Amino acid sequence: MADQIFRADIPSTTADSGLSGTNPADTRRIDRAASTGLSRRSFLQGTAAAAASLVIGIHLPGKARAGAAASAAGESAAFAPNAFVRVAPDNTVTVIIKHIEFGQGPATGLSTLVAEELDADWGQMRAELAPADTEKYVNSLFGIQGTGGSTAMANSYEQMRKAGAAARAMLVQAAANRWRVNADEITVSKGTVSHGASGKSASFGDLASEAARLEVPADPALKSPDQFNLIGTRVRKLDTLDKTNGTQVFTQDLYPESMVTATILHPPQFGATVASLDDSKARRIKDVIDVKTVPAGVAVYANNTYAALKGRKALEVTWDASKAETRSTRQMEQDYSKAAQTPGLNARNDGDVEQALAKADRIIEAEYFFPFLAHAPMETLDAVMQFKDGKVTAWLGSQIQTLDVGALSSVFGVDKSSITLYTQYAGGSFGRRAQPGGEFAAEAAEVTKALGSDRPVKLMWTRENDIQGGRYRPLAIHKMRGGLDKDGNIIGWDQQIAVQSFMKGTAFESGMFEDGIDASAVEGSRAMPYGIANLRIGQHLMENGVSTLWWRSVEHTHNAYANETFLDELLEKAGKDPVEGRLALLGDKHPRHRGVLEKVAQMADAAGPVPSGRQRGVALHKSFGSFVAQIAEVSDNGNGEPRVHKVWCAVDCGVAVNPDVIAAQMEGGIGFGIGAVLYDAITLSEGGYVEQSNFDRYRSLRISEMPDVEVAVIQSTEAPTGVGEPGTPPSGPAVANAWRRLTGKSVYRLPLVPINV
Amino acid sequence: MAVKFELNGKQVSADVEPDTPLLWVIRDTFGLTGTKFGCGIAQCGACTVHLNGLTRRSCVTPVSQAEGGMVTTIEGLDGKEARAVQDAWVGIDVPQCGFCQSGQVMSATALLKEIPKPSDDNINQAMAGNICRCATYVRIRKAIHNAADTLEG
Repeated sequence: MADQIFRADIPSTTADSGLSGTNPADTRRIDRAASTGLSRRSFLQGTAAAAASLVIGIHLPGKARAGAAASAAGESAAFAPNAFVRVAPDNTVTVIIKHIEFGQGPATGLSTLVAEELDADWGQMRAELAPADTEKYVNSLFGIQGTGGSTAMANSYEQMRKAGAAARAMLVQAAANRWRVNADEITVSKGTVSHGASGKSASFGDLASEAARLEVPADPALKSPDQFNLIGTRVRKLDTLDKTNGTQVFTQDLYPESMVTATILHPPQFGATVASLDDSKARRIKDVIDVKTVPAGVAVYANNTYAALKGRKALEVTWDASKAETRSTRQMEQDYSKAAQTPGLNARNDGDVEQALAKADRIIEAEYFFPFLAHAPMETLDAVMQFKDGKVTAWLGSQIQTLDVGALSSVFGVDKSSITLYTQYAGGSFGRRAQPGGEFAAEAAEVTKALGSDRPVKLMWTRENDIQGGRYRPLAIHKMRGGLDKDGNIIGWDQQIAVQSFMKGTAFESGMFEDGIDASAVEGSRAMPYGIANLRIGQHLMENGVSTLWWRSVEHTHNAYANETFLDELLEKAGKDPVEGRLALLGDKHPRHRGVLEKVAQMADAAGPVPSGRQRGVALHKSFGSFVAQIAEVSDNGNGEPRVHKVWCAVDCGVAVNPDVIAAQMEGGIGFGIGAVLYDAITLSEGGYVEQSNFDRYRSLRISEMPDVEVAVIQSTEAPTGVGEPGTPPSGPAVANAWRRLTGKSVYRLPLVPINV
Repeated sequence: MAVKFELNGKQVSADVEPDTPLLWVIRDTFGLTGTKFGCGIAQCGACTVHLNGLTRRSCVTPVSQAEGGMVTTIEGLDGKEARAVQDAWVGIDVPQCGFCQSGQVMSATALLKEIPKPSDDNINQAMAGNICRCATYVRIRKAIHNAADTLEG
């Protein structure tokens, strides 16, 4: 999501099912770990044995009393509301994670915060994804329940620590009561509560039921950073084992009793609708049970996945394209380019750029083209939903639960209180699962409803649905003009950005727009830190029928690229060193920018001189509160295409809760960014047809194309900020800058390696 | 007509259309969900299984081709190479979203059975068919080297 913190214009509602995060569909999970030689965590046992658990919810202090769970009978073991922490008699501590986990590490990170303040042993920690429940699990930075904008850690840092601290205080008090000693004589270390003088000790599990009867402290004291044992260290990720032995359950893996599998055929152009349907061939396929026209297209229902896939292929549909977007991307490019030639609405206007450019010794101009990009998460969008007895149950990798529940409520025509949404671990998102209108949830709901059955329905998108399904990173044109004086100083910078807004018309519009400026569209460019006296950032919001969305690091993807490559070129033309030149422009006002840039330069220097046939390029960008600098080392692979050998990366994200997770997110963010910049584009042919449909023509970076990555995490006591996205923006420009220094060719048009259509 | 084969060491019989991809028989018929659907055209490797000891993209392998054969999925993966690979994966926390990782582990295990001490080039060749959108490739490469070191003793 956008860099700027926004609040959605949505009444805060609750879909309180009264259930805990226990997931009935999970009951088919079986322990398959025996054959791998790895022991599987007893996740479900922990839940099942959770009688008389201590459950802590902390954001309604005073009102809340820790709830003692009455029984362990599956989902009816309703735990107390406002729960983030559950201490079970078997001594496991389960943290209810309000931010969806699809690889960025919140399950581990938020559990670390609780464990830190609880003084738990890391081995006793478990994580469980929170269901949809806006009141309990609101993202305080959004005002609704949702994950994005790399906010998980920033939003939860204090809240989860307080949850852990409250639990600790109650366990300590329970021990003091039992042993008839003062609470302040009691210590807690690695999950053991002890009283030194008497030699007594107890585990959390021992004390859980007694602690559950105590009042929740309103404002428990937190540790000071010098008291941290876990924060700042590498702890094992809680979901690694299940993701290594095949037992992690994703939405795709849910097969509830009597489930129907559905596939869907979408229109081939954006905005087209079904004119007529011949489903006779599809219906003749064995195990196909029904075909229905739904708002998003045509759904095929079957008793198994293969029949549903075959049925989809057998559909014969005539489409009505009268309201469809029929421009090709080439035509769109012309429209955008035309707009970018003139000044748009000023998002920033320092000094007088026209006057400065008129006085410049040299003017450098460039026009950048950025294509649509698909997110292509490994797990295609999918959902399981059941509409039975007026109640809706949904299993979904929901990234903005509040909006998805709202969409379900509209489609099924039931009150939000009749909807239970279990958040599922998801196979990647990169923004794709965060939908401002709950569009995919609505589509799955329409498909479920149209069958007119109370059987659960799994809607599974094919990869073709995914690649051709829109919600792309928007196409953008940047028209740049830079002016140098006789001494090579940058005296003028004009940047006109033509891009489509995906905030307009959504719940986020009022929060994101100010005086006609879409804060997302210009993010990263408007906040450029360099000291350029005459600087103008103009915005042209373009109309387009292709649906677009935030894509890992949102509009920093094109803004950082245009800024950092154009700046690099100006510095080179002025005969300045790319690192020293940037430092000079930063001056003394941006210590954290400077910090990462200086660090990454040291790292590359320490690796020795640039090997022959290679060049290095640098880029620096702040996004989502985190500062990242990267240097990429690139050669020509022999076919006139770049081969990226190495990327050095320095990141300052405030307090580094888990340096290894931060490093992993930098590695992944770099791979994601480089893959797109080198190889990826979604293109539309004449008539508005997407020309890519799968990984054959929408290339994904592969291991043979992945550089070695070395990450340094800056030590900091600043409040922690996100890492899921900030690694991506500098990666593309660092590679392009290295390529230009190697070949003399500026890369204004992406992808760098031309695609074959 | 029923197709008979060995699945993770057990004789099974599947009464499905013979053109049904092995992937859907494994998942829908036998309930083994560690093997994933990612693309359906053998481009991403999320569906990788071993058929008679060799890696196969189960999304494009008709179940009839498994007739009389031995199929191993992530759930049935065993042996010293598999253990070394999975231990190495856990050791450096390779997975992020985790969706592709069953396929990665299946390919890496097959690689180490063939080449106990692979070079980076060997790894690139053997693993290039397995896409990871989270780009955990740096760690996949390292974990395979670590596993090779473990096997060497």
